Amino acid sequence: MPRPFTPKVVTANDLLEGDVVYLTADDRWSRQHHEAELIDDEAHAAIRLLDAERQQDTVVGAYLADAKAGPNGPEPVHFRETFRSRGPSNYAHGKQAVAAQHQ
Amino acid sequence: MYRYDEFDTAFLAERNAQFRAQVERRIDGSLTEDEFKPLRLMNGLYLQLHAYMLRVAIPYGSLDSAKMRVLATLAERWDEGYGHFTTRQNIQYNWPKLRDVPDMLDALATVGMHAIQTSGNTIRNVTSDHFAGAAADEIADPRTYAELIRQWSTDHPEFQFLPRKFKIAITGSPNDRAVTRAHDIGLRMVEQDGAPGFEVIVGGGLGRTPVVGKVIREFLPEGDLLPYLEAIVHVYNRYGRRDNKYKARIKITVNENGLEKIREEVEAAFAQARADFDGVDAGIIARINERFTQPDFVSGGADALDAARVDPVFRAWADTNLAEHRHPDYAIVTVSLKAHGETPGDATAEQMRLLADLAERYGHDELRISHQQNVILPHVRKADLAVVHAELKRAGLATANVGLASDIIACPGMDYCALATARSIPVATQLAERIDTLRIEHEVGPLQIKISGCINACGHHHVGHIGILGLDRAGVENYQITLGGDATETAEIGTRAGPGFAYDEIVPAVERLMLAYLEYREDASETFLETYRRLGAAPFKEALYGPEKRKDAA
Repeated sequence: MPRPFTPKVVTANDLLEGDVVYLTADDRWSRQHHEAELIDDEAHAAIRLLDAERQQDTVVGAYLADAKAGPNGPEPVHFRETFRSRGPSNYAHGKQAVAAQHQ
Repeated sequence: MYRYDEFDTAFLAERNAQFRAQVERRIDGSLTEDEFKPLRLMNGLYLQLHAYMLRVAIPYGSLDSAKMRVLATLAERWDEGYGHFTTRQNIQYNWPKLRDVPDMLDALATVGMHAIQTSGNTIRNVTSDHFAGAAADEIADPRTYAELIRQWSTDHPEFQFLPRKFKIAITGSPNDRAVTRAHDIGLRMVEQDGAPGFEVIVGGGLGRTPVVGKVIREFLPEGDLLPYLEAIVHVYNRYGRRDNKYKARIKITVNENGLEKIREEVEAAFAQARADFDGVDAGIIARINERFTQPDFVSGGADALDAARVDPVFRAWADTNLAEHRHPDYAIVTVSLKAHGETPGDATAEQMRLLADLAERYGHDELRISHQQNVILPHVRKADLAVVHAELKRAGLATANVGLASDIIACPGMDYCALATARSIPVATQLAERIDTLRIEHEVGPLQIKISGCINACGHHHVGHIGILGLDRAGVENYQITLGGDATETAEIGTRAGPGFAYDEIVPAVERLMLAYLEYREDASETFLETYRRLGAAPFKEALYGPEKRKDAA
């Protein structure tokens, strides 16, 4: 039996800002984890990663990260991805600051 | 302070112009990331977890007010208003934008600063004693030699593609404040028959395989420094492993080949290098010495220190944050960047400006950054200490904890670093807050706690009296404790205490270690490390795991 495939999102860093970005189903790069396309098929994941890697002039270091479905869209599984989706814990910089401005 | 010459200025301008063009070509798509990455790393630009990070070299941790003000400008104009001082005496900016980096580098170049060789498999920024030029126990100012090494190693054609990064530390005092035994090469100044020279230590390092460096030459006359260093790096460049990143550092080269073989090879290469140098380095040392301006010390006024000590707040600060200066009317001031609950090593732009002002007004315009992530005003008249303390206090910089439990070294960890396996900063801040709440640290006395967020050990956890290593255990942060490490001339790698602790268990665990020490020490004069060495790990393991757990482990 092959191991069940853990759903994934495609994530990278923005070339100019360095900020964490996620590939959406409609081919945008979103700053929000919950807007990412949640991929539950391994072959489709490989194709989406290739799509991302072709966008060298927009993003850097694309990879597949484990994710799970949540009420508002995909959520991170590993704590590293949780920190990436949020920002550092010692200051309200990065995504947290942007989120605070929008509230 | 060393004044840079025209060569340095022209060299920096050219390098910055090159990098500006490389950034433009990356943005317009002419360069792929694979092509660009080694170029940006050569200029200190990393891509971290949330953003780019620019690592700026502070050569041998020494700077003046003009440099510090430019560091403040960078923090304010192109970052989030602060900078992070590191265990390698560098400063890191956590939020630069790619387009802004060339402007940041140009701003740095106005004061002779740069980010060259702060990354990559080259000879990195040479680190030194943060009390250099001021310490009472100093044989000679190590910065002359550090500057010589900087000039020699910058863009050295033979050493731009070493098997791995290469770190040199140098101290001018027999008391080692520069952790020389944990570097690829450590240089400790010693005297023989009245002549200064170096004990040369090779193959030290922390990281995945921690090793205390071995003495390859007990006494190297100062005039032979460069050819000998060149010989070591030459031998390493030839024998160092390039097949396995984890076996590529010189500590592995020394261990695999044996110190004797490496010594023979180095001596042979040294004979050649010495002939090649032909005394050219002696001329350069003389030129460097000319460009190091020495402060004109003003005598008198030391009585003011005794008068100021009437104030208990000042006295507590003076007891921990002052060190003995070679001039009897001066003191070395360590400014703690470890206010309880604040990020270790971080300084805001305003704080940097205040430090620059204080250095200019009261400190012969000199500042140092320590590997312990604090800032030093190396030359302050005892007459001025009270006013310096008052100014520091207003800026939140008068924390009286240098050398104590809350003076914690912490790497950026998983709050910033792409390599990290767990967070370090919140462990450090919560631990410091707990220590403050307990009001315990002055009673505990000298205690070095060092935290790394991964096995690469930027937080020097192996040489902490209490070391903490953050790991990822099955998708959860987990913290291992090591005990009995020592970062000084009696360097030792700490021993792992046992199983790790969860994120919310690590602070209480360290608290239990401190309380156990207070219980078991002979008297207040016996330090944590001395008690540990006298009793061994057993009572501390019991404090961590309880008596039953210890029985299970035995």
